Amino acid sequence: MTLNLFYFLSFLAVLSALMVVFSKNPVYSVLYLIITFFTIAGHYILLDAQFLAVVHVIVYAGAIMVLFLYVIMLLNLNRESEPHKSNILKFAAVICAGLLLVVLVGSLKGTEAIVQQSGKAGIGYVKTLGEVMFKEFLLPFEITSILLLAAMVGAVMLGKSEKTNDTI
Amino acid sequence: MENPNLAEYLPIALMFIFALGFVVTTMIATHVLGPKRKSKIKLDTFECGIESKGNARIPFNIKYFLVAILFVLFDVEVIFMYPWAVNFKSLHWEGFIQMTVFISLLLVGFFYILKKGALKWEE
Repeated sequence: MTLNLFYFLSFLAVLSALMVVFSKNPVYSVLYLIITFFTIAGHYILLDAQFLAVVHVIVYAGAIMVLFLYVIMLLNLNRESEPHKSNILKFAAVICAGLLLVVLVGSLKGTEAIVQQSGKAGIGYVKTLGEVMFKEFLLPFEITSILLLAAMVGAVMLGKSEKTNDTI
Repeated sequence: MENPNLAEYLPIALMFIFALGFVVTTMIATHVLGPKRKSKIKLDTFECGIESKGNARIPFNIKYFLVAILFVLFDVEVIFMYPWAVNFKSLHWEGFIQMTVFISLLLVGFFYILKKGALKWEE
């Protein structure tokens, strides 16, 4: 049952991820990306990480997708002005993505032992996560707030026009 | 990958199935039941009664994007509060102080945003 569900979710995830790349309209790509995010959330549930699954849906499928849509609208992708990529560029992109895949697979191959170790029940509950976060990983948690602060300042600095050129 | 409590997710799965099924059946039903009139005026882009001109894809104001990105940042902040809220009693004052440090750092950012007037539309 679990294995069948895993295969189904994986198939859906890979298919929608491919559709993200191959669809001509960038807005369709975003919609397919939402399906991909939902299937990845399903994978999280299969891995016993319930909180992560819910957060993934809320933050990625909810908030980040809006940002993606805004970026697409900011880019002004008209059908006429859309740049036609040459074959050399496509070839280079395939090589770059393939190298990234090799690096990811290579780095994740060694983690098999760790995954099997942490197979006890309730590892993904909010309660367990909170206990770990506020005791063992307190410093990274506090540093996260600095990261968010830096992101806020950066967004305001880049997005807010200064008083001097405010005549628009 | 053996998950014994997968049956617990049956209500959630049912909800997803019904939500998706409702959308699919409504779309199919409207296509089947609705009348098909394909005149030029019917298929024209409707824009509050005003005649539409130009392209819909114009570059729009960066302020929308700024508001959206600030929303995402505070959204992430709230998500960090869930594990704290669930463990609120067991973490005692220690956890409260840790969370206060976290929130106060973000409050600095919040006041920075307010002072810079990033959320002010007219300017």
